[in-house]
Order: sequence, then C-alpha cells, then structure tokens
Amino acid sequence: MRTMAPPVLRVTDARKSFGSIPALDGASLELHPGQLMALLGPNGAGKTTLVRAIAGRVRLDGGTIELFGQPVNGSLDRAALGVVPQEVAIYPLLTARENLELFAHLHGVPRAQVKRRVDWALDWTGLGERAREPSRRFSGGMRRRLNLACGVMHEPRLVLLDEPTVGVDPQSRERIYEMLVGLRTAGASLLLTTHQLEEAEARCDPIVILDHGRAIAAGTLAELVARTVGGRRTVTFALETPPAAPVAGLSGEPDAPVLRGELGDVAAELPAMLARVEAAGCRVRDIEVRGPSLQAVFLHLTGRELRE
Amino acid sequence: MIWTMVRASWIILSRDRVAQMLTFLLPVLFFTIFAAVFGEQTHSGTERIPIAVVDEDHSLFSTRLAQALGREAGLRVWRPRAARGQSLPESLSAPLNRRRGWALVHEGTVPVAVVLPRGLGDSFGRYDTAGATIQLLADPSDPIAPQVVQGLLQKCTMTAAPSLMARRGLETFGRYTGGLTRRQREVVERWLPTLDSSGSWGGARGAPAGGTAGRAADSAATARRRAAASGMVPVEVVDVMAGNQARASTVSFYAAGIAVMFLLFTTSSAGGSLLEQAESGTLERLLNSRLGMGGLLFSKWLFITLLGCLEILVMFVWGMLAFRLDLLHHLPGFALMTVSTAAAAASFGLVLAAASRSRAQLAGISTILILTMSALGGSMFPRFLMSPAMQKMGLCTFNAWALDGYIKVFWRNAAPWELWPQLGVLCGITVVFLALARLLARRWESA
Repeated sequence: MRTMAPPVLRVTDARKSFGSIPALDGASLELHPGQLMALLGPNGAGKTTLVRAIAGRVRLDGGTIELFGQPVNGSLDRAALGVVPQEVAIYPLLTARENLELFAHLHGVPRAQVKRRVDWALDWTGLGERAREPSRRFSGGMRRRLNLACGVMHEPRLVLLDEPTVGVDPQSRERIYEMLVGLRTAGASLLLTTHQLEEAEARCDPIVILDHGRAIAAGTLAELVARTVGGRRTVTFALETPPAAPVAGLSGEPDAPVLRGELGDVAAELPAMLARVEAAGCRVRDIEVRGPSLQAVFLHLTGRELRE
Repeated sequence: MIWTMVRASWIILSRDRVAQMLTFLLPVLFFTIFAAVFGEQTHSGTERIPIAVVDEDHSLFSTRLAQALGREAGLRVWRPRAARGQSLPESLSAPLNRRRGWALVHEGTVPVAVVLPRGLGDSFGRYDTAGATIQLLADPSDPIAPQVVQGLLQKCTMTAAPSLMARRGLETFGRYTGGLTRRQREVVERWLPTLDSSGSWGGARGAPAGGTAGRAADSAATARRRAAASGMVPVEVVDVMAGNQARASTVSFYAAGIAVMFLLFTTSSAGGSLLEQAESGTLERLLNSRLGMGGLLFSKWLFITLLGCLEILVMFVWGMLAFRLDLLHHLPGFALMTVSTAAAAASFGLVLAAASRSRAQLAGISTILILTMSALGGSMFPRFLMSPAMQKMGLCTFNAWALDGYIKVFWRNAAPWELWPQLGVLCGITVVFLALARLLARRWESA
C-alpha cells in the first residue's frame, strides 16, 4: 500500500453551468506532489472549464477546489501556480528572451533573478541559439516550447497545461515531454489535458477521464484497464487463405484471411489456440497479440458516439 | 459558377452587420451631417451674428445706432447674464468699454465688437473725411462676420437718425450755398421731427443676414487693419489677434483638427490590441499572471496616452517646421492640452475595444464614431462656421473640447489656467471612460 502525501490539488464535486448547459457536474480529482496527471475526455467534457476553475478563472456554482490545502475562492496565490494555455500565447514580435523576461516580470520573479531564470529557460527549451530572434520566425514546435517556458518562469509548484503538444511533430512532442519530466523531477506537480491517448498512456500517471462534467474514472492505466476492459489480450491470426470452416474460440469475417480471439494468459493459452487454427487447415502468416489500451478504456467509458 | 460566387458573397454580406453599416449606414450618416453643417435644412430660423457694442460717444446718434444694431435681425448684441437668482456684479452691469469689448472678441465670446468712438455723433453726416471712425474689433478666425456686420452697420447708420442726417446735410448745403431762407428754415424745422417719428429709422427688420452658406468668403483673416471708408461713416476693421507675440495662423486649426482625428484612430486601434490578445489567448495568460485586469487596462491606457502625446507632438513639430506654427511660445498650454487629449482619447479607445466583440466590429464601430465625431466636432470643418445648433451639438463630441482647447492656446494665446473648462471635460471623459472600460472588461475576467 502506497502512502500518499497530502494532495497539492483537490477538486471536490465541482459544478459549473453556462446558462442551462452544465460544463462541470460534480467533477472530483486529487493530484499529489510530483505526479503528472492526464485529464482526458471527449470534446466538451469539461476539461478546459475545470482547468480554468483551478486557475481561478471560472467561479464554480458548487463544490470546492483546494490548492496546497487552501480553498480557491477568488484570491489565489499565483506564485505557486503556473498555467500554460492551449494557444501559443506569446508575443510574436518579441524575441524569445524578451518574451521570457516579460512573463518572468509578470509572474513576480524578483528582478535580480530574472536573468538566471531566462538563461535557464532558454537552455531548457533549446532556444539558446535563437534567443534574439523574434518568435514569429520560430517553428510550431519552438513556439510551443517557448509557450511552455513562459508559464513556468516563476518555478510554480503546480503547473496546469492545456494540450501542450497539440499540432507539433513527434520530435517536438518528445522534447516537450522531456521538459515536463524535468519539471516533475524539480518537484512540480503537473496536470495536463490531452487528446493524445498514447502519450497519456506512456507518460502520465495517474489518468482521469472526464465526461459530461464528471470524472468517470481515475487511476493508473492498469487500474483503469482492470476496472473496465479487463486484462485480456486480443490475438489476431493473419492467414494465407480464408479459413474453410469455423475455428473454436475464434471469430472471423466472411472470406477474410483473418481470425481473432482473446487470451487471459498468453504463455499458457496461445500454443493451444495456434494448434487449433493449424488443425483447421489454416496456414498462419503472422500473429499479433495486443494488450488492453487506453483507447479501449476510453471508448469503453465514453462510447463511440460523436459528441459534436 | 460566377453566379454561385456572387450569391455566396451576398449571403456573407447579409450576415455581416458591420460591413452592412459601413456600406449603407455610414454614407447616409455622413451625408446627413454634412448637409446639416453646410446646408440650412436643419434650422429654419435666421442665423444671427453675436456682436458686442461699445458706445464711447453717448450721443443721441450713437445711442440710436446702438439701439438699431440691437434690433437688427441679423445680429445678436451680447449682454452679460447673471446667474439665476443673482444680480450682475458691478463690473459687468456697467456699460461696455473698449477694453472689455476687445477681451470679448479675444476670448472668442463674440467674433466682432463694434466701437462707436467719442465724437461720432458730432462728425456724423459731415460728408468729409475728418469724422470719427467706427471700429470693428474682429477675430479673423471668422472671416465672414466682420463683413456682414460692416454692411448692416452702414444700413443702421442710414436709418438710425434720419432727422440728424438731414440736418447735417442742410448745414453742409448752407455752408456752400449761403443757407436757406427764413421761410425755408421754418418748413424744414417742422418737417425734421416727422422723420424720426415716422419710425423709418432703425425699426426695419432687415432681411436675414444670411446663413453660413450665404456668407461670402472673404480674405479678412489675413487683414491686419483695414479701413472701409465707403458708406455714411468710415469703418475700420481691427484684427484683435494681430500684433500678438504668437503668429495666429489657420495652420493651428488644421494641425489640431487632423491630429485629434487621427489620435482617435490610433487609440482605438491600439485599444484593439486587447481584443487581439483575447483572440490569441495572450489575454488569458496575462490574467493568469499577477497583472490582473486592472493592471492590464491601466498599463494599456498609459501606453496609449504616451503614444498619443507622441503622435500629436510629431504633428505640431511638423507644423512648426513646415508651416511656421508657433509651437515654442505655446508650450505650457500645448503640453496640458496634449496630455489631457491623449489621456481622454486613450480611455475612449479602451472603451471601444472593451465594448466590441471582435476586431472587425471594433474597426466598423470606431470608423463610424470617429468620423462622425470629427465632422461634428470640428476636425473636418471649423465649428465656428457651423450654425449655432450644430456648434452646440458638436460639444457632445470629444473633438470639440480638444479643438477648443488647442484654439484657445494657439489662436487666443490663452494662459494655461484659462483652459480649465476644456481640461476639466477631457479629464472627466478620461475618468468616466476608464471606469466604463473597466466595467466592460469584466467579461474577460472569471466567468
């Protein structure tokens, strides 16, 4: 059993409606020190509203939000909180250094420490060599990194990131996650919203799935899998020709050279399943065994219907 | 395919209210304003020129002439007014003297003061050039008023005292011909009183002096001193602005007018950065910092004010270099007016931005408002040449107060403390608009 430090962020039964449309309908979550939490959900699930409420930019109709044990009600200690918006909210005509200096000042970094923090940020983002160029000349990935740095110039203990990797190439995405790991290592707790399920699966712990304004599931990937789709693997046999007759325990599509089944224990059950396929006269070209994914969990919980 | 594109464009236009306003409403609005400014369709009454009358002679003739001027339909003789329920102070209730008449013209209360000099009554009707000369103390910023007053003055001298004029004619006749017989003198003495009692003097309500459009253009603005010897009495126009240390010049009108109009465009555009930041997400980020909305608005207002000061300064420095505008002798008043004008314009820009939902909406609204205010407020056409009703309406605009202040500084050489009405209004606008902008900006704060 893990012993948890008191949460840096606790959201309890958060409710918020815009007109007659409920955006948050009893959302609750807890973020503990050093965690990188992924907040997932379909479009319109309430992710951005929740993040803005945590940042003090949305007044809740009901429920509470506590940051570092203190309730958020209008007055917020912004020194401990960093917010990185989804939009690249930097000044395109200012250089990288000027942007960083500006936001360092706006976030209350003492004047004597601004240069140190700016130098750190330039190194952290890998923009040191382009520090004196206007940011409008930067690539999308570079702007995203600068956008991220501008939000953490004051070394916040909790960082809220709204889709920090949207619209960037895999290399930049990799770099951004390295930067987040750096923040986490330095002691910050992070909450990010994303639609990149693979990233959340690989990088984040815990994961919270929000839908219709409520946190419908929370935990590690393994916990979510166990609670939803279970631990069974999917096995797919690619055949040279469509099977002539049905194979016990496997399903296929008419005239397609494919058979699918499920396994609880791969090592124990797969040899027997393969023997059954070969016994049915099928010649196997390839076998794929796939574990339960976050996408499967996500679709299991939120359904396949379009929301917009 | 072509028709499809035309149809799509029409649908887009029909859903874009700003574009519709700019296309259809703005031209009609401007036509209305300019028709009202230059035409007379909005006021059916006669436009009357305000004048002051200084009677230094106190003779029968000068008294009757002053009375005739007072009855003249084209003129409105200035009289001091007491505040409601109070009596006039002694300094104001006393008859006007030349100094006070000069001051009334200089401060812009009236465009012309008519001075009836000592000896006018004695010299009237002598038909020589040795008589007293009536002086028109004139403000050359209104080049038309002295001309109209001059014409009406000649008319009034003809009708003010017909018996006196006849008597002087007979005296002159007698001087050169040996005089009338006793019988003739008796007849004349019986006839002369009937002239005055017939009501022919001064009672006629003349034809309208003519509206703004009816006034002939004149070059009196540049005339420093000119005698108009034609007519019954010699008349001399005296430019009260001439001989000042500063060079009175129409350039100051246009420098101020254009500067204020473009200042409004600049400030509304700069205020629009608020919308740009809202659209780009930068505003959200700024509001997540320690700055807050109040700090953000104040920093923007301060920057736009400084930008406006710089813009006006550049305009006037160029006026000084290229058109010999006397900036250096008016620096204190210029500085006060520039700072207050820029401050008020900056808050105006912020209100517009905070009230608009998008940059496109801001562009449309600000264009309509600024051009309308500039037309009514005197940036495009001097207000003193508009009808009194339009002049009063112009006071509802930011431009009018700013321009009045600059005109006081550059045209009337007003001391800084004399600018208090304009400074007061501009500071009031600044405070009220800043408060309004803060109120409107709440929509960007927490939802």
